[in-house]
Amino acid sequence: MASSVEHLAAASALAPSARLVGTVVRRKEDPRLLTGRGRYVDDVRVPGTLSAHFVRSEVARGRIVGLDTTAAKAAPGVVAVLTAADVNGRLRGRMAATPLLDMVNVPERPLADGDVRFVGDPIAVVVAESRALAEDAAELIEIDIDPSPAVVDFERAAASTDILVHEGERDSNIFSSLAVPPDDELASILSSSAHVLAETYRQQRYHAVPMEPRGVLAWFDPPSGEFRVWISTQSPHDVRSVTSRITGVPETHVRVTMGDVGGGFGQKAYLLRDEQVIILVAHLLGRPVKWIEDRRENLLAASSARIERCTVTLAADDDGRLLGASIDHLDDAGAYPLSASPGTMAALYFTGPYRIPKYAFSTASAWTNTVPRAPYRGPWQIETFAREQAMDALARRIGVDPLELRRRNVIDRGELPYVMPTGMSLVHVSPSETLEQAAELIGYDAFRAEQAAALAEGRLLGIGISLYIEPQANFGVYSAEPAHIRVQTNGCVDVYLGSGSHGQGLETTTAQLVADHLGVAIDDVAVHQGDTAQTPYAFGTGGSRSGPILGAAIRHAALELHEKAVAIAAGMLEAAPADIEIIDSVASVRGTPSRSVTLTQIAHTAYFAPEQLPPGAEPGLEVISRVPVTDPLYSNACHICTVEVDRHTGEVRILRYVVSEDCGVMINPAIVEGQIDGGVVQGIGGALLEEFVYDEAGNPLTTTFLDYLLPTAADVPMIEHGHIETPASSPGHYKGVGEGGAIGAPPAVANAVNDALAQIGARVDRFPMSPPRVLEAIDRARPTQ
Amino acid sequence: MHELEMTVNGESVRASVEPRTTLADFLRDDCGLTGTHLACEHGVCGACTILVDGAAVRSCLMLAVQARGADVTTIEGLSPADGSLNVVQEAFAACHGLQCGFCTPGFVVSVTAFLDQNPSPTDDEIVEGLSGNLCRCTGYQGIVKAVRQAAQANAGNN
Repeated sequence: MASSVEHLAAASALAPSARLVGTVVRRKEDPRLLTGRGRYVDDVRVPGTLSAHFVRSEVARGRIVGLDTTAAKAAPGVVAVLTAADVNGRLRGRMAATPLLDMVNVPERPLADGDVRFVGDPIAVVVAESRALAEDAAELIEIDIDPSPAVVDFERAAASTDILVHEGERDSNIFSSLAVPPDDELASILSSSAHVLAETYRQQRYHAVPMEPRGVLAWFDPPSGEFRVWISTQSPHDVRSVTSRITGVPETHVRVTMGDVGGGFGQKAYLLRDEQVIILVAHLLGRPVKWIEDRRENLLAASSARIERCTVTLAADDDGRLLGASIDHLDDAGAYPLSASPGTMAALYFTGPYRIPKYAFSTASAWTNTVPRAPYRGPWQIETFAREQAMDALARRIGVDPLELRRRNVIDRGELPYVMPTGMSLVHVSPSETLEQAAELIGYDAFRAEQAAALAEGRLLGIGISLYIEPQANFGVYSAEPAHIRVQTNGCVDVYLGSGSHGQGLETTTAQLVADHLGVAIDDVAVHQGDTAQTPYAFGTGGSRSGPILGAAIRHAALELHEKAVAIAAGMLEAAPADIEIIDSVASVRGTPSRSVTLTQIAHTAYFAPEQLPPGAEPGLEVISRVPVTDPLYSNACHICTVEVDRHTGEVRILRYVVSEDCGVMINPAIVEGQIDGGVVQGIGGALLEEFVYDEAGNPLTTTFLDYLLPTAADVPMIEHGHIETPASSPGHYKGVGEGGAIGAPPAVANAVNDALAQIGARVDRFPMSPPRVLEAIDRARPTQ
Repeated sequence: MHELEMTVNGESVRASVEPRTTLADFLRDDCGLTGTHLACEHGVCGACTILVDGAAVRSCLMLAVQARGADVTTIEGLSPADGSLNVVQEAFAACHGLQCGFCTPGFVVSVTAFLDQNPSPTDDEIVEGLSGNLCRCTGYQGIVKAVRQAAQANAGNN
């Protein structure tokens, strides 16, 4: 069986002072969330709050030739019905997120003005005394749209200018592009090697689908000039910056609060268009306005992801050793993306865990008349999706086992630092170890025997491997997070973070780090986040950065505070600082526990008797730290799963699923495994179930949970874990683990399904691999009688 | 407006509601019980699950007026008054059965009703019993473990 959390709880020799880091500590968040006492945005009650409801386009592209709100304005309980004419002129600055302001090619408009560009494009906002009254009034708005042909297929959008999504504003549908073409040497490798594989892989459109849809309560109070925003977000501080920028209200007068957040997965990383419209409407009305998105809106108008095409060319020698590779990538940006294409990251990291000496790429992103793209857990994962399927295809082509092909090409520890062909240096990774550990856990060779026996009985079993490196975003604003720790006068510890935890359990892991490095009981540590009036500036939670980057800052601040407390205690106890230890909030002279002072007494001295402090010590007992983590930061993992494909129904059942992960030093192994599990199941959803479907005219067909299928408990096996701990060079040696599960799972499942089907000469290349598609592939392969 | 009377978490509640008010909205807005969450409002996800006369019900699919005279229990009414956790909640905390917590009240209520009906379920029955509730964070791993643990704890208590 897999190495368990219990085993790891005893580990972490890498953090010698640790008692709680590396162990399974129960989450501090859980008691309130389990008893219904969490506070999500829709639970916030402000007297006099109005409800907002969006009226959205029901056609994908067309001119608005009539818009009559007269009847709606006269409807019961209606306070305002607002259109672009009322709202758009109030926009005072850029809508893009602050770190993305250098992204200039972004069409930004609050409400649809003159034309509509996707089904769901917001045309009007009804504000009324209740949500029901707002929805009643919305029915009375008369909209006349002269429809025109839409471009829904992103490959067609990129290839042609016949239909322009942003007609009159842009002269093509290309949002962005980047290419490093093959040089002569690579061109020759790609054309004349012993084995050359060229395959195209396509992902379907699927969504983040947090269980809590988006929501915002915005209140501009004209007399005071104060703007309060309560919101479901991952980045409260950037909501503050954007609110100020788009309304012109000084940032000092904007206070943003996020409470509990019901999942984000990237969708809530950047402030999206609808929320910005509500903020503009609240600014206009001067009254509290709440908008809680419903599920239909979340599916059709919030954000999409994953809809991409990647053509991979792999060249290998006679033995299957990779000599060169290239990719040609294109993704669908939707109509109004407010964030960059994942293509650049995908292109930079495509070669991943393999020794590939020569490489070239091209990537582009196209606008379409569809829901805008936003980041979704491992946004660049097309590189793993395409590469790992291509490795299996190459293995079949050469006639070696996919595990053996990977063994021949995987980067060994002894080769580190390994400079990837794009110039990035891989350090502190263990792809070979995770490959071997996962193969052992699943019993790879034994499964091959079982598979052969099953085939003899007419049953189709398959096994799939996915191996990847997960880079953590640590550039620019993403490379440092703040931690502010204050020992209060009673010895309790408050920690203030600029993060936006939305399920990651940061209150718990933060308290573990502080308890260990400051020397206090975990129950004495209270973690506060989400209120911009209380916490230091940070971009927020995303990019698998909270472990390595926020963790480094928390650890550093706690150690610095520990040092201050030790200095004060040493003065009080007339001992050398080197002889003082702090355990469970008591500072004592090592070896003489009777000579001690409590943290409360230390704090008392620091705040109330600064004249008694040692020379040079500053009064008070608090620290704020930002530790830039700019060294390359990578986690890595190997997923292997086994499946049975029912050749009569086309149903795919996952039999076993193993993940061997290396995220460096684990702060809380249960949370690490929880992050992996959640990502894996989202990836299984992408491989087998989830798809947001448009018809050719751009009408969405999957706007309920009856049509858009999420995995249920019945669709997933119990996931087995193995861990390798290769410390990062960063303080604390933590690496990120938030996204990997969703990166590794889709190709692992796809490879397993196609491994099963290859036995009868069939292959599925459309996703999700639904029963009809599997059956169709089986039928196609069946020899004609 | 319709007058109605029901018992919510052991207390008698009288109110006047519009006939179209769902039971979920009534509990959240009129009773202030915001632990019942709305995630799809079309009866698929199970986040709004409550107990009506002991049976698990999706409160987004039931009108408040349909609960006239009923005995309703929400997530807030499941745990002991002293603020401690009940057996199911304790098992979720012990098994990392939640992350963002938004679907959690619906799961806890559903599992409570499920174990009432089937105190010692097999693993297949657990998975089947959970398949009417959606969670996007945990991959159901900790939730399945929590149901096993809660069933064992109940067995030990009896």
